[in-house]
Amino acid sequence: METLSALLYLAASICFIMALRGLSSPETSRQGNIYGMVGMTIAILTTLASPIVQSYWMIVLGIAIGGAIGYVVAKKIEMTALPQLVAAFHSLVGLAAVFVALAAFYSPEAYGIGVRGAIAKGSLIEMALGTAIGAITFTGSLVAFAKLQGLVTGKPLVFPMQHPLNAALGVLTVILIIWLVQSNSAAAMWLIILVALALGFLLILPIGGADMPVVISMLNSYSGWAACGIGFTLQNNLLIITGALVGSSGAILSYIMCKGMNRSIFNVILGGFGGESAAAGGPAKGPQGSVKAGSAEDAAYIMKNAQSVIIVPGYGMAVAQAQHALREMADVLKHEGVDVKYAIHPVAGRMPGHMNVLLAEANVPYDEVFELEDINRDFGTADVAFVIGANDVTNPAAKTDPTSPIYGMPILDVEKAKTVFFIKRGMAAGYAGVENELFFRPNTMMLFGDAKKVTEEVVKAMEA
Amino acid sequence: MDQTQLSARIAELKANLAALGQQADLLAAQVAHSAQPVTEAAGGHGSFFVTGLTVLVLACFVGYYVVWRVTPALHSPLMAVTNAVSSVIIVGALIAAGPAGFDFSKVLGFLAVILASVNIFGGFLVTQRMLSMFKKKGK
Repeated sequence: METLSALLYLAASICFIMALRGLSSPETSRQGNIYGMVGMTIAILTTLASPIVQSYWMIVLGIAIGGAIGYVVAKKIEMTALPQLVAAFHSLVGLAAVFVALAAFYSPEAYGIGVRGAIAKGSLIEMALGTAIGAITFTGSLVAFAKLQGLVTGKPLVFPMQHPLNAALGVLTVILIIWLVQSNSAAAMWLIILVALALGFLLILPIGGADMPVVISMLNSYSGWAACGIGFTLQNNLLIITGALVGSSGAILSYIMCKGMNRSIFNVILGGFGGESAAAGGPAKGPQGSVKAGSAEDAAYIMKNAQSVIIVPGYGMAVAQAQHALREMADVLKHEGVDVKYAIHPVAGRMPGHMNVLLAEANVPYDEVFELEDINRDFGTADVAFVIGANDVTNPAAKTDPTSPIYGMPILDVEKAKTVFFIKRGMAAGYAGVENELFFRPNTMMLFGDAKKVTEEVVKAMEA
Repeated sequence: MDQTQLSARIAELKANLAALGQQADLLAAQVAHSAQPVTEAAGGHGSFFVTGLTVLVLACFVGYYVVWRVTPALHSPLMAVTNAVSSVIIVGALIAAGPAGFDFSKVLGFLAVILASVNIFGGFLVTQRMLSMFKKKGK
């Protein structure tokens, strides 16, 4: 029986690997997702068939309640709200990890790791690590959720002694784990949970809104490592494998996001980015010349007579829900024989790949959407760069000004296009708090207003 | 004390001795029996740690190579699906909620089952929704 369930767990692990493998291309991805579901079903059924599980009503009820909530949420959620949703889901995994670890602590017999009050030392360490990471994931994700949902300000919240306090809490966690291993004390277990909850909260607080792609990826990674820790406690290879897959996936995504901003992961985690530089860099520089504001008609005329247009969407497009209007505009342009492409910066939006999903939602074929390295050369030959709701990712200061906070960040070379349109609500600086000199160039035209409204006006002007 | 008395006494002693021996055997067996799970648990755990670590390191490598091959356009679905998959922690929750009877651990297990189920159903469904939107030109 035990051998059989171990083999079935192995099969589930392979299904999960296949699920990630499928995502290497959109064609195979749907099949990959099915592998994931099959793997999860195998895992659950195998566990239910094990002799330790004897009463089913609670389990069935739990799955029914949770499943119904998950189903409704997943069906109803707006694609623009995806980052919040993912953050909320991460918090659930974290909390579930805490509960499972606590359950193992209170009835270790069920998991075969000793008796109450005399749990093997190794199991206690693994349990405590799983709990601590789970608790950090829980509150950290809640803060990320609140920031993304706009419940609290997206600005970094910085206060004095923040980092020493976090470090002290980290050290305290380690001391508590040592105490737990020495004493098997329930008080130690609960204190670890409390301290880790506070730590997760404090860790994410100083990180600003536009750094959320890194934060979400990082929390994704944490939720994986929490599962891993629980896997060691339960002596279950499936949990370890899955945890490692998720953990490394999140870590790689964090790395890609950090590279997209040319910042180290420590710089992001320590937080405060944007807040201080906005205060310091904003007024000091001031405007560098005059800005040319255009009308929707001007933009429509220029684009209709262009050969090629590259659209650069950013977070502003997501906020204004302008993706459908944007696709309409592209359709009209294509009808006129204009070559239309989309250029996506790695950190555009509030989570990795956010823009791609929004464009796909608006029925933009994915083979018209390009990543930074694949399209950057094309800006030189493009007639129009249509920047909608993006700013910092196009700022040439990243290449030319070593004192700029975004210096070294890879940017989309929209400046090389013959004409650049910026759709913005106003002249406010981007997240990094840096003035964008492109706004003042003679070949730049600003279209002020809500991204969706402006795009719709352009479409109207084109069809007129 | 005559001969018969003495021999009866010897027989009695012999019987006692045998009984004692039997008891000793029983005790030894008991000790061995109770000691076995302890050594097994300790040894089993030690060796599982190494096995688990081996699995962990290898899985990290698999994850590393598989995830780097994921196209950047699908990074959002990747996050959603890894999120769903990490809810495999439900395995631990089922073990906590499964035993007969009722105690604190069962309540914890029940709550964890709910949380993980939200994630499993929500995560896979939202991934499916996202992936179904990715279409090629002309389709």
